[in-house]
Amino acid sequence: MVTNADFLALEGNPGNFTAKLNIRPRYIDADACTACGLCTQYCPKHHSDPYNEGLSITRPIHIDYAQAVPATYYIDPSTCMYIQHDTCQICVPVCQSHAINFNQKPELRDLKVGAVILSPGFGKIAPEVLEKFSYGKHPDVVTAYEYERMTTSSGPFLGEIKCFSDGRHPKSMAFIQCVGSRDLGCDNGYCSSVCCMYAIKEALVTKEHDPEVDITIYYMDIRTQGRDFDAARERAEAIGIKFVRAKVADVTPWENHLKLTYSTLDGQHKFDSHDMVVLSVGLESPKDAKGISNTTGIELNNYDFCKTETFTPLQTSEKGIVVAGAFQGPKDIPESATQASGAAALASIILKTQRGKGTESKEYPDELSITDDDEVRIGVFVCHCGINISSVVDCPDVAEDSGKMKNVTYFTEQLYSCSQDSQEQIKQTIKDQKLNRVVIAACSPRTHEPLFQETLKDAGLNRNLFEMVNIRDHCSWVHANEPEAATDKSKDLVRMAVSKAAHIQPLPEQTVPVTPKALVLGGGVAGMTVALTLAEQGFESVLVEKSSTIGGNLKKLKNTLAGDTVASYLKTLTAKVNKSAKIDVVTDAALAQTAGFIGNFNSIIESGKGQEKKEQTFDHGVIVVATGGHEHRPDLYELGKSKKVVTQQELETNLAGRAKGRAPNSIVMIQCAGSRGEDLNYCSKVCCNHAIKNILKIKEINPDSQIIVLYRDMRTYGFAEDSYLEARKKGVIFIPYEVDRRPVVTSQGTNVQVDFFDSIMQEEVSMTPDLVTLSVGIVPDGTAELSKMLKLPTTANGFFLEAHVKLRPVEAAVGGVYICGLAHAPKPVEETIAQAQAAAAKAAIPLVKGVVTVDPIVSSVEQDNCIGCGICTSLCPYGAIIMEKVDKKRKARTISASCKACGICASRCPTFAISMGGFTNEQLISQIEAFGNKVVYEKVEA
Amino acid sequence: MSDNSFSPKILGFLCNWCCYAAADAAGVSRFQYPPNLRTVRVMCTGRVDPSFVLKGFLEGADAIFTGG
Repeated sequence: MVTNADFLALEGNPGNFTAKLNIRPRYIDADACTACGLCTQYCPKHHSDPYNEGLSITRPIHIDYAQAVPATYYIDPSTCMYIQHDTCQICVPVCQSHAINFNQKPELRDLKVGAVILSPGFGKIAPEVLEKFSYGKHPDVVTAYEYERMTTSSGPFLGEIKCFSDGRHPKSMAFIQCVGSRDLGCDNGYCSSVCCMYAIKEALVTKEHDPEVDITIYYMDIRTQGRDFDAARERAEAIGIKFVRAKVADVTPWENHLKLTYSTLDGQHKFDSHDMVVLSVGLESPKDAKGISNTTGIELNNYDFCKTETFTPLQTSEKGIVVAGAFQGPKDIPESATQASGAAALASIILKTQRGKGTESKEYPDELSITDDDEVRIGVFVCHCGINISSVVDCPDVAEDSGKMKNVTYFTEQLYSCSQDSQEQIKQTIKDQKLNRVVIAACSPRTHEPLFQETLKDAGLNRNLFEMVNIRDHCSWVHANEPEAATDKSKDLVRMAVSKAAHIQPLPEQTVPVTPKALVLGGGVAGMTVALTLAEQGFESVLVEKSSTIGGNLKKLKNTLAGDTVASYLKTLTAKVNKSAKIDVVTDAALAQTAGFIGNFNSIIESGKGQEKKEQTFDHGVIVVATGGHEHRPDLYELGKSKKVVTQQELETNLAGRAKGRAPNSIVMIQCAGSRGEDLNYCSKVCCNHAIKNILKIKEINPDSQIIVLYRDMRTYGFAEDSYLEARKKGVIFIPYEVDRRPVVTSQGTNVQVDFFDSIMQEEVSMTPDLVTLSVGIVPDGTAELSKMLKLPTTANGFFLEAHVKLRPVEAAVGGVYICGLAHAPKPVEETIAQAQAAAAKAAIPLVKGVVTVDPIVSSVEQDNCIGCGICTSLCPYGAIIMEKVDKKRKARTISASCKACGICASRCPTFAISMGGFTNEQLISQIEAFGNKVVYEKVEA
Repeated sequence: MSDNSFSPKILGFLCNWCCYAAADAAGVSRFQYPPNLRTVRVMCTGRVDPSFVLKGFLEGADAIFTGG
């Protein structure tokens, strides 16, 4: 990892680039710095803190925030007194670890790389654009970034929301949407895609702080097109946050308030006053976009974002250079994380021949053997977590109390147990004190156990000889006003952990080999992309398609909004798939049965029809679910009853044909037909773009066609906004409707009539168009059966659920299973392709590694004690216990790689033959006994 | 708290994946709750042997909480 660096130049060719970097001096030796923070306390110079959007003061020598990576301080040369004026240097003697080094010079470094991934993020909207909203003129007008820092509990005001003008708590707040986006005044015609959602989030957070505050969000369209994002809007409305569809002209100071002037749809000009105004500023292209373009030769689009094509969303115009994140177009965190994985897949294709070369594997010291005869020597480390724990819990008392317990031979406190220097201290202490069990009282084992286990391994201890106590999340944070009770609770929890720790045994590490093959379910664009991306990385896959040909929904699409022809892309893609020696395509096929676990699945695929019907069995290491979705056909708006009512997909097919009158003179389009509260309770993300795409096609064929679009929110997010504008310029009329006033379609004979309330003219309208087109939404295909077979959870709307929205966006909770495409959520084709590439990247990880490491806390059966009753087998929810014959007797056996360590088997085994590593009966019973305070303080004071 | 008010001692078994995670989240959100609970983390409440519950009562718990 190289931080504090500038990318100067790129030379060479794909597979063999030289990247020239300038590494700016940090003036602090990163290896020596312990991040203690003493230097900052002594540094006499102040300057505003850019990390907190200038809302707080920091010093030239500082760290941006507690969790910064690397956890090393640095000196800002622009304000350091020594660097600027050759004076001061107070920090040098203050630093106990002699980490400060003013002799550091900028370093030019050449990096040999095969591929380049561009992820410079996004830039900020220029302050001039915000001036008309009195930003910079009145202190109570803030940007959403500033407001985010203000509401953050770890921010400069500890989450207290105050007006800067006079320190009062605002009672009335306004959020103004589309500031610097969808704004031709500042040449940003695009939609920034994320601002509606973050404004709603910030409004909800504000309401949590102060339920009485009155919040109004002024918007043009609420673009919460992400999966389940509409639910957040509904929640916001339910708790009284007001949404006003209006364009705000300006904000002016008015006594100690701010006056908003805005115009509503019906052409009225209105005024309203608020205490505080938050500007939902958009995402600009990164500041150095042009510089990156010059350095690398990549093309930019007309908004200076990286130019990419619909079918190659992560590929720049230059070979060997890929892109991920907001530089590719404004986007949120889950999608950025997904693109990052996809970009990694593309890069690893380029680097395929070099895979595994030049890597260094970490060496651990030999593990100390520990037997039952060894004296139990427990070390207890109590973490202050800065002041997170110690400001409430009396840490010295907790540590000393633990020292009185039996088996505890050492105890201490640490400022941050997780910091690099503390880790070293723990390692050294393990050696010096000959510890053979370690208890750390700090935060959650869910986040920090792996880190400390690594420390144990470094010190030559088996990583399971460790127990963690959560005295932060479960004590200091939740009993902040009861320090004594929190301290008592911490002591109890530490006592229980120490008791348990005395019984912990080392557990052997287990690895299981991986079958280097993937099973890809679904032969649409997602599945094909996965199979090809894996093939290009050198891995085989079986591509299972339920219909007779691969292609999926692409077969029905004709063109994209960007103007690409789908048919030629599909032809190329299917040809590549069919030609690939690494892809085994099975059509008319379905997954009949699957067994096994990550690395070692075995599946039966049924394929063919009638006489041809057959079953094939495949061994594979991973499963990628790309089963797709299809257009929903609601029994609404006369669809299927009148020939004059069609869906957008049907219209697209007709428009691509040659029939006369395929683009008639009068068309009404109804958005969200059957969606967002009718049959389907969600937004399908693609329908607005689909409508615009068809509209532009109609206008091409018949420029005189009168088109009226009835919509709730036009969600042409990102660069699609340009096409929306184009449609409006071509005379298409867009009229919003409210959910309680949906348009009504009736048919009589061949006529079809649409009645709706025109919110612009404020009158009821009735018309008989030549054609009514419905934007109908997308439903997933057969997720219910697959969900049972693969034990995959789904959302309330039947889409497969990823393990974590931001951290693991394409992985299922079940190990070795990955999700992409419409089966995950409705999305346009470019997002599907990027997600499929991401799924391929993640699925390739176990395939590349070749082995799966099993967490040793899994169950194990003591076969001597097993009576073969089979209760465990029947109860195991993961199919991880099998019955086998041993000397003609039925015995249970755990398949470690399938086991999730739930322990149901152990708690039901009538003969206690099953033991859970790390959670044995003995350990848990002694933990419970310690709860009762019995086994405490048995140690005789020396 | 006055002397005569009942302050129960509660022993909780928390599933690592849901209830323990929820307790973490309660901390991150700074929700405040009474400090009467002492917890035992398990990888699933399926691990909770009925004998653990009885043992808890035997050790003086006024109530046993299982979250999973």
